[in-house]
Amino acid sequence: MVDKSEIKVSVKNLKKSYGSLEVLKDISTDIYKGEVVCVIGPSGSGKSTFLRCLNKLEKVTDGTVIIDGQDITSKQTNINQVRENIGMVFQHFNLFNNLNILDNLTLAPVQLKKCSKDEAVVRANKMLEKVGLADKTESYPSQLSGGQKQRVAIARALCMNPDIMLFDEPTSALDPEMVGEVLQVMKDLAAEGMTMVIVTHEMGFAREVADRVIFMDGGYVIEEGTPQEVLLNPKEDRTIDFLNKVL
Amino acid sequence: MFKIITVYGLMLLGALGRTLLLALLGLFFACIIGLIFGIMGVLKNRACNVISQIFVDVIRGVPMIVLAFFVYFGVPYFFNTIIGGFNVGLTALQAGTICLALNCGAYMAEIVRAGIQSVDVGQMEAARSLGLTYGMAMRKVVLPQAIKTMIPTFINQFIITLKDTSILSVIGFPELVNTAKNVQANTFMSFQTWAIVGVMYLIVITILSRSAKMVERRLSVGR
Repeated sequence: MVDKSEIKVSVKNLKKSYGSLEVLKDISTDIYKGEVVCVIGPSGSGKSTFLRCLNKLEKVTDGTVIIDGQDITSKQTNINQVRENIGMVFQHFNLFNNLNILDNLTLAPVQLKKCSKDEAVVRANKMLEKVGLADKTESYPSQLSGGQKQRVAIARALCMNPDIMLFDEPTSALDPEMVGEVLQVMKDLAAEGMTMVIVTHEMGFAREVADRVIFMDGGYVIEEGTPQEVLLNPKEDRTIDFLNKVL
Repeated sequence: MFKIITVYGLMLLGALGRTLLLALLGLFFACIIGLIFGIMGVLKNRACNVISQIFVDVIRGVPMIVLAFFVYFGVPYFFNTIIGGFNVGLTALQAGTICLALNCGAYMAEIVRAGIQSVDVGQMEAARSLGLTYGMAMRKVVLPQAIKTMIPTFINQFIITLKDTSILSVIGFPELVNTAKNVQANTFMSFQTWAIVGVMYLIVITILSRSAKMVERRLSVGR
């Protein structure tokens, strides 16, 4: 599935600090079209910050992030346009509480004039069907379970027809019995060839779905490679130490 | 008591009408001022934040009676005499409206700012991650949620403003208190006069707060 001829995300010497606290110290990596990259690491290692730098939810302190050839750290780049092609799924779902599920899905496509209201509704229904929630269009976020909310959040991102999907610990806030339904949707998405960057603690999922696993600690990429290499035969002491703790 | 009601009743009702007019005018402009300065307070722009904060601090730090004298007497004096060459004159209604709008607007700005900040930042982030601009996200996602949480405090401010109109009796606007002073001066029946005026305020404000409760309840049911 990985198309090595097309780089979707290119990160070079990325640094991010909050005041004197340096969260990302020097990150460089390329993510190819159709690649599923899982980012793992202890909390505070900077993996969420790294993900949020990819769509500029966090302003980069130094270095470059290039999405589809567009340098989003440059002031000339229209970040809103770039974001239209990058879906993001959050740990706490962040569904729009004031809107019902259908409006959650159609808001961005209609506001950004991607399509007519009717077309947006058709697409929204298709996406809801895909995540198994076709009957929830009229519900409000507060009426759904955590797993359902997260599936709606994925559908909402897909309504913009993105090339890249970012997942920020999408199952960390879920009850254990709801993790499976969300991971299944993500697996389907990976099978369709979506380029995905996933910050996760689900090692089983990473092993099964990821093309590449990146282990981060202390603001650096410590080790990266196939799930086989990183998860089953880690070379670095810190990776071994971390995996011993979580597995 | 009856004499006051039969002789001065209509006059007092008219004064009540002017009180409500003044309160509504003041509130209308206060809402605009409050929205502008409230949003300026949450923008990611240091200059806007500071301007908003200074406005709120200055207005909150000055008693409204001082503000009233300043706007009604001080400002025209500044233009006409100190600078000279102008012929600025404010009617008591204009000056009163400006005072109420500034005073209530400052409190409104704080309510709006707190309301917006009470909305989870994730809502804004999710909207922005889809490619929506800051303005779109604010209008379609954040403000609708913020306004809902603001409504109770908003109505409270409404009532305070209605009562604050009585302060403007000092610049001679014939609202309820100002009119009642004349009634008292004519009749010497201070107990009866002020009791009637008190009851008039009480009735209006009770109606207002009751209907506010109803609106609040309906909003929380209908999400």
